[in-house]
Amino acid sequence: MPTTQELQDITVQTRRDIVRMVHKVNSGHPGGSLGCTEFFVALYHEIMELKPGFDMNGIGEDLFFLSNGHISPVYYSVLARKGYFPVDELNTFRLIDSRLQGHPTTHEGLPGVRIASGSLGQGMSVALGAAQAKKLNKDSKLVYTLHGDGELQEGQNWEAIMYAAGKKVDNIIATIDYNGQQIDGATDDVMPMGDLKKKFEAFGWDVLEVKEGNNLEAIINGLKDAKSRTGKGKPVCILLHTIMGHGVDFMMYTHAWHGKAPNDEQLATALAQNPETLGDY
Amino acid sequence: MKKYIDQGKNDTRSGFGAGLTELGRTNPNVVALCADLVGSLKMETFIEENPERFFQIGIAEANMMGIAAGLTIGGKIPFTGTFANFSTGRVYDQIRQSIAYSDKNVKICASHAGVTLGEDGATHQILEDIGLMKMLPGMVVINPCDYNQTKAATIAIAEHEGPVYLRFGRPKVANFTPADQKFEIGKALMLNEGTDVTIIATGHLVWEALIAAEALEAQGISAEVINIHTIKPLDEEAILKSVKKTGCVVTCEEHNFLGGLGESVARTLTLNHPAPQEFVATQDTFGESGTPEELMEKYGLNNKAIEKAVVGVLKRK
Repeated sequence: MPTTQELQDITVQTRRDIVRMVHKVNSGHPGGSLGCTEFFVALYHEIMELKPGFDMNGIGEDLFFLSNGHISPVYYSVLARKGYFPVDELNTFRLIDSRLQGHPTTHEGLPGVRIASGSLGQGMSVALGAAQAKKLNKDSKLVYTLHGDGELQEGQNWEAIMYAAGKKVDNIIATIDYNGQQIDGATDDVMPMGDLKKKFEAFGWDVLEVKEGNNLEAIINGLKDAKSRTGKGKPVCILLHTIMGHGVDFMMYTHAWHGKAPNDEQLATALAQNPETLGDY
Repeated sequence: MKKYIDQGKNDTRSGFGAGLTELGRTNPNVVALCADLVGSLKMETFIEENPERFFQIGIAEANMMGIAAGLTIGGKIPFTGTFANFSTGRVYDQIRQSIAYSDKNVKICASHAGVTLGEDGATHQILEDIGLMKMLPGMVVINPCDYNQTKAATIAIAEHEGPVYLRFGRPKVANFTPADQKFEIGKALMLNEGTDVTIIATGHLVWEALIAAEALEAQGISAEVINIHTIKPLDEEAILKSVKKTGCVVTCEEHNFLGGLGESVARTLTLNHPAPQEFVATQDTFGESGTPEELMEKYGLNNKAIEKAVVGVLKRK
């Protein structure tokens, strides 16, 4: 297991990767990526039980599905630095002939990715299928997912949420990136979703909240807690309270950086706030 | 003309059910999903014999497509079952992103396609599904013609790695292909050799094409009849070979002429061997309530419509 300092170093380096990737191609989604950096680092480096290498079926290892595919920068950085593909390949993000498409896909054969996502609201259904396959295969490993909070406005999620509880899919941990922001503004202004905890509970899920969703220790404790609740007849949901743009001060607490790249000056500021730890790609 | 005998009317959806039952017994990776239409899709025997390999999703087709995609991760071969309308148009983006673009080995099995669904009317009678599915990169599109062929196709697609759309129907129709005929994806079947016109038919229209060919023979017209059960990939070689001989073609399908088999054939001919073509298909319209026979008559989808189209295309040679 990595030390706290090592996890912190990966987190800072991942933030650098994110802002550099979107700056280079002047496109992409830094806000949500930065907000979920600690979650990804904790999940891949501390929580998930992974086999070396990559095979699509993932039998005998934990699986992760990213439903809100637009936060691909954080996903790609974490996958690369976990060893799924060369870190240098981050240079190709969103460029022609790249495996690092704007939104994640299996189509170009990028190791680590098991489903295309980007059109929102589809990831939980896919994850449920993978979780059911694990049960059929007598595979005791778990399925993890991440969803945007705004993404829950897509109706397919609620079909999946109903199914998961109704069919007792208890080997899944779905995390909601609860940052309260979406493209057009605050979720409460765009489409108020009410009390998400009560909604998930009413559908039959076991729900826990991580109030400090950008604190590695809090996330790790939350994920461990969630893991201990699996296998008990209920799907498990984590409401992860994050700050969009976390770690780059001018990107925080606003939806403005949902899908916008920093300019040269802004990049320099962002990088100064996140000094190099593991070496830039 | 070669004679075809109806071995006893049966529905193509029962062919699917029988094929699925056989797969349940022979392939442990095959799993089935249904969105509250188990009886309509004839899935009961598979479920009875393999309860742990069946997933009742409820009335939530989008979720069903996603779950099917997920089940492939872990090595399963999912067969989804619902009506053609709810298998395609309702869930197009789920199929596009989670199945086709993600290269998932899902078999989308769609019953009650076309107007022959009958009395339920246009809300349930999709005539656009072949077009929707054939436009998706990598998707195989199959529309078998009778019970035996549907059963054989169901079994065959389990062996194909990649997404497949299998389209069949509700009414009992003639069952005339040999029960032991091997189903080869993408391979056209020559049903009757002729010299004056090529009739290319898919699905329920194949039997109608044979009836039409017999009537045409009595009028001295020699019609070649080809069964195209796989619309994508299309057997272009068989089509071109025939049309080079006959010089004209009539395509027949229970589908809109926009986006269907006819357009795929037209493209093949335009690129390789331009020839007069008539389309027996619905004319950019929705269906309506009625009996299958009444609807086939009203929408120009029966043997009489095929005969008329042949007479028309011969004049353009």
